[in-house]
Amino acid sequence: MGSQPRLIEVRKNVLKQNDLIARVLRQQFRAAGVFVVSLVSSPGSGKTMFLEKTLTRLRQSYRVAALVGDLATENDAVRLGRSQAPVKQITTGTLCHLEAAMVQKALEGWDLNQLDFLFVENVGNLVCPSSYDLGENLRLVLLSVTEGEDKPLKYPTIFNSADVAVVTKMDLASAVEFDWQAAYGNVQAVRPGMQVLKLSARSGEGMGDCLDFLQKRLHESRVATHLSTVSATP
Amino acid sequence: MNGPLTGDMHELSIAMSIIELAQEESERRRVQVSAVHLKLGALSGVVKEALLGSFEMACEDTSLKGARLVIEELPVLIFCTACGAQRPITSVQLFCCADCGTPSGDIVQGKELEVVALEVEEWDRSPV
Repeated sequence: MGSQPRLIEVRKNVLKQNDLIARVLRQQFRAAGVFVVSLVSSPGSGKTMFLEKTLTRLRQSYRVAALVGDLATENDAVRLGRSQAPVKQITTGTLCHLEAAMVQKALEGWDLNQLDFLFVENVGNLVCPSSYDLGENLRLVLLSVTEGEDKPLKYPTIFNSADVAVVTKMDLASAVEFDWQAAYGNVQAVRPGMQVLKLSARSGEGMGDCLDFLQKRLHESRVATHLSTVSATP
Repeated sequence: MNGPLTGDMHELSIAMSIIELAQEESERRRVQVSAVHLKLGALSGVVKEALLGSFEMACEDTSLKGARLVIEELPVLIFCTACGAQRPITSVQLFCCADCGTPSGDIVQGKELEVVALEVEEWDRSPV
């Protein structure tokens, strides 16, 4: 006779391993004073172009670097290398998203104290990256005008895992009859109160506002770290 | 190993994490796992059907072979400031209180991806 099956309570987060590494990364980033921004979007939404321009412009006043996740090619790293900022490719093979351990491994040998901004470009995918915390301070979800205004309604989960939405390729908005109000409304429907930026990396329209926003967030984060260090000291 | 798992969809790597977690518990408690009970939030980013298929496949060559995955799906709940209480939302396309219609992004349930219980049998009593 076999024994009676019994039920034991476990209560464990399936992604606890990833979340633990993400927590370690977040502490390292905080201690080094580096502000980490990750980018998620569907393929072809303009992440790499946005990042190339962002790195080029921020590099004039800040120490910047980037990690780029891609399934197979190293084209993105080559493109971003044109910004003269340090860039490392994470080739994920068949994996459809970045995990915290991959970010940790890619950062081996990097002195985070020498950085102000670190950008992490996720694999182009609006589904899988939403489950994985990478230890970033800020997650941007990009949405290009050519994808249609209803992307947020189709992928509410990724919009709920991100902090700020960025509408890209605004220079093409009139050509594709992009309806900004509808897109903005759809973001608000799935994520009430979410900040939405709009820009064109190619024309430069809106880039200044976006970079101002990132700089503001870097300074706020450093002030918060400083205040908590001061208040922790007796 | 903390390294990333392989798989062409993330449900497979999540299924493997679930199996790893169940195996750890099974070895620690010296029991055979016959079922894993999982809570899956509507905003977990995981598709139930894909996870069930991946789990069955990933169990094949492990000590969990034949174990069932029992999934409890959790709907999104938000905190509604107007009602002053937790409420369901109209739909995942519309984060508004299902009762009064006030928009809210204050999610209190829906992101879960959690093993809550295991159905187990004792090792030493199982037939050899």
